[in-house]
Parts: sequence; structure tokens; C-alpha cells
Amino acid sequence: MFASLRDAVEELVRDGDTVALEGFTHLIPYAAGHEIVRQGRRDLTLVRMTPDLIYDQLIGMGCARKLVFSWGGNPGVGSLHRLRDAVEREWPQRLELEEHSHAGMAAAYAAGAANLPFGVLRGYRGTDLKPPATIACPFTGEELAAVRAHRPDVGIVHAQRADREGNIQLWGIVGVQKETVLASARSLVTVEEIVEELDPRPGAVVIPHWVVDAVALAPRGAYPSYAHGYYERDNEFYILWDEISRDRDAFRAWMEEHVLQTVAA
Amino acid sequence: MSATATYTREEMMAVEAARRLADGTVCFVGIGLPSLAANLARHTHAPGCVLIYESGTIGAKPTELPLSIGDGELAETADAVVSVPEMFAYWLQGGRIDVGFLGAAQIDRHGNLNSTVIGPYDRPKVRLPGGGGAPEIATSCRDVFVMLKQSPRTFVERLDFRTSVGERVRVVVTDVGILERRDGELTLTRVHPGVTAEEAQAATGWDLAVADDLVETEPPTRDELLALRSLRTKGDS
Repeated sequence: MFASLRDAVEELVRDGDTVALEGFTHLIPYAAGHEIVRQGRRDLTLVRMTPDLIYDQLIGMGCARKLVFSWGGNPGVGSLHRLRDAVEREWPQRLELEEHSHAGMAAAYAAGAANLPFGVLRGYRGTDLKPPATIACPFTGEELAAVRAHRPDVGIVHAQRADREGNIQLWGIVGVQKETVLASARSLVTVEEIVEELDPRPGAVVIPHWVVDAVALAPRGAYPSYAHGYYERDNEFYILWDEISRDRDAFRAWMEEHVLQTVAA
Repeated sequence: MSATATYTREEMMAVEAARRLADGTVCFVGIGLPSLAANLARHTHAPGCVLIYESGTIGAKPTELPLSIGDGELAETADAVVSVPEMFAYWLQGGRIDVGFLGAAQIDRHGNLNSTVIGPYDRPKVRLPGGGGAPEIATSCRDVFVMLKQSPRTFVERLDFRTSVGERVRVVVTDVGILERRDGELTLTRVHPGVTAEEAQAATGWDLAVADDLVETEPPTRDELLALRSLRTKGDS
């Protein structure tokens, strides 16, 4: 259950896996993503609704062969330059895209968590995004969109706290983290701290320890995103990343200094 | 009511969009100008305007404008915070939203939008972030408001990619004026002070329909500008 981040990633994430590191603008699992980069995983299919800086880094470091997503940008700032470079110029390698809408991705995660083969929604109408499939409502005949369930090999999320048994508690913007853990064959949760008891928090999501494979302590593990109640989003860094990531050499140098030459807490 | 101060075209856009939000309107807002407009409405004539950010915050009341849709203050000030699957299934698809705001890299005369790629999809000249919530915002909100700067590169005869469909786009607020849907086509109904219909046409990549009753937008009032400028974006110094 409890493991170091290094051991947990080594154990759970394999070359060629489909991996979802989720977090909808909050609690983004940066520390776990950096560990994947350090361990040099390859050929990953990366799944995420809002791939942002950590996916830009994984893509730029050559960890990914495919991206399944619905919005890939630097929130409030602009484009992801490593993602663009991979799609527009195949650097450092070709990146296959499977593109959805947010509603489609959310339905696919919820279906995966529910152990259903697909999710259903009133969506993808009139868009050039490839409609995943359609299905007729058996009761009314209405044609609806169907999306294949997300069933990642590994789901990785960051949370505020775990207790001594490994029960997980997260609050604030809770995103699609619970669905990610439940939809995935294996799961890793990094946490800000481990506490004796999870006293109730308004709006908190609790994930019981027996659906989680590994819990790793990773203080500030969501930085430069934020952990509600612990630290704020470093908006300055998101703006700075635009500059760092524009240039391949500047990007590699930054990754070398801040990720490859460091070790997981 | 006289406009005494000078103002920017972006401020004119935010003010004009805000004016179109009635008190009590439930809005699905993105970051940037839509967030500015909806918050301005809430701080002026529409205190009961409900702001929903797709990160899951319902009834957010930020005092500073967020840089990202997931900023902590949105959750702290919200009436409720829901998961992302719930947001899209119960609230957006559930038909609870009056006005959805969208932006894009390209728009056509029917209000169809492109926020996906410039150039061919498989070999894009520019890979844009993508649609995110747009495909379903465009079909599930009662009305769609688009906010965009107007230029021939943005207002195009043919989209490179259709990210979302335009049938519910009621109004497009630009830096030169206002376009509204008339007989299925976006029609110039207002120009901002000092802008002519010819200039609006020059900023449009198709033969722009101009309303017979074209009027000039009321410039921002002093109160609107004061309220607007008191809203600061996080990270601004």
C-alpha cells in the first residue's frame, strides 16, 4: 500500500501502458509525472481531459506515443509548445491523437468506473471531431453518442491526505479523480500528507484504501498546480512555461536541471 | 449618461456582453473576456447572475478574476462544487444553463466555430488546444454568446475545422461591433462608437450582412468602467 514514489512508479507503470494522470486544473500529479520521466518510460498512451504542463513535459521527453484528450493547452496562457511540436513536426517523435469533447471524456471515465463497456451522452452533434459511435435509445429511438469506456492500465491522481490505512481524501475541485481510480486496472495516489484520522471536510471525496494499489507521500506533489488548503497555484510559473517550452534546447535544459537531476521526495 | 473616460476595445466588448446578461441568468463561463463580462454583470445590474465554471464550481463569486478555470477562489466562493462528470451530465446536458460563452480561432457566417486546428487536421499548420467543452456547450445551452476579435483571419468564409455547431449562437460580441443571428445568418446590428459598417466589413472574410436598423453601441458608462477596472486578474500586479 504505502510505497516511495520511485518504487510505486517502477512497480505500476510499464512501457506501452495506457496511463491517466488526472486532475482538472487542481491537484495535478506533477511529482508522479516527473518520476515517470526520470524512469524513462516509453510508448505510453496518455489519457487526460486537460493535458497541461506535465503532459507537455512527458510528450517533449519522448514518453508518449498517443494522447487521448479533450483540451490541450496552458490554461489562461495559451498553447502547449511541446504538444504542438510533436503534432506539427513530430518532435521528438510522432504523436497519435484521439480527440474528444470534455463531455465525451467524462462519460468515458464514468462508464469505466461503472464497469460498463461504453458511456452514452447527447454529444458530438455537428462537430468535425470524429463521433465515436452512435446508439439508438431503446425507449424513444433518439440517437445518442456512445464513447468507449476509459479503462487505463494505470490511473494516477494526487490528493490532500491519506490516513494510516491508505484511505484517500481530497476536496476543493474534485474533477474526475474518483472515476480515474475506479476505471483503472491499477492505481497510484500521491498525497500531501499522511494523517492519523480523516476528519470530515465539506465536499470531500473519500476513496477507500481497498481500491487503491499504492499510496506515496509527495508533499507539494501537485506544484505548480495547487492543493486546496495547502498551497496556491503558481500562476507565474504557468506564464513562464510558455517561454521555457517554446525552444527545444531551453526545454531540455530545464527538464535536465529540474527533473532528471532531482530525485523523488 | 455620458462617457467621460477613454476605454479600450476589450473593455467595450466586456461591457456590451455584460449588458446582455439579465439578472438571474445562469452562465457557463470560460476564462478571459467571458469571465470578465459575467463578473462585471454580477457587480453591476445583475447581482443574481449565476457563474458556472466547467471545473465544477456552481455559483462562483470571485473577487479577483481567475487565471484558470480551476483557481481555488472559485471553489471557495461557490455555492456547490461538483465533479466534472456531474458538471457535464447533470448541469450542462441536463439543460440547466441559460447562456454559454465560447471563443474560437475561427467563426463562419452561421456561427460555427473552430478551436481545433489551422490547416488540415492530420497535418496542421497550427495545432490549437482543442474544443474542450465547446461541442456540447454549443448544443446544450439555451443561448450561446461568442466573444472574438474581428479580422478576416478569424471571420472566415470556410472553417478549417468545425469544432462546434452554430445553431444556438445568438450574438457575437467583437471589438468592432455586435453580430446577431437574423434569418440564420450572423448580421451586423451594432457598431461600437467610431466604427463604420465599412470597417466592420473590412474585418470580415465573407460578405457581411448589415442590418437596416444598424445602430451605434452605447459607450461604457463611468460606473461600468469603474466596476470593470476594479476586477483584477490574479497575477496582475
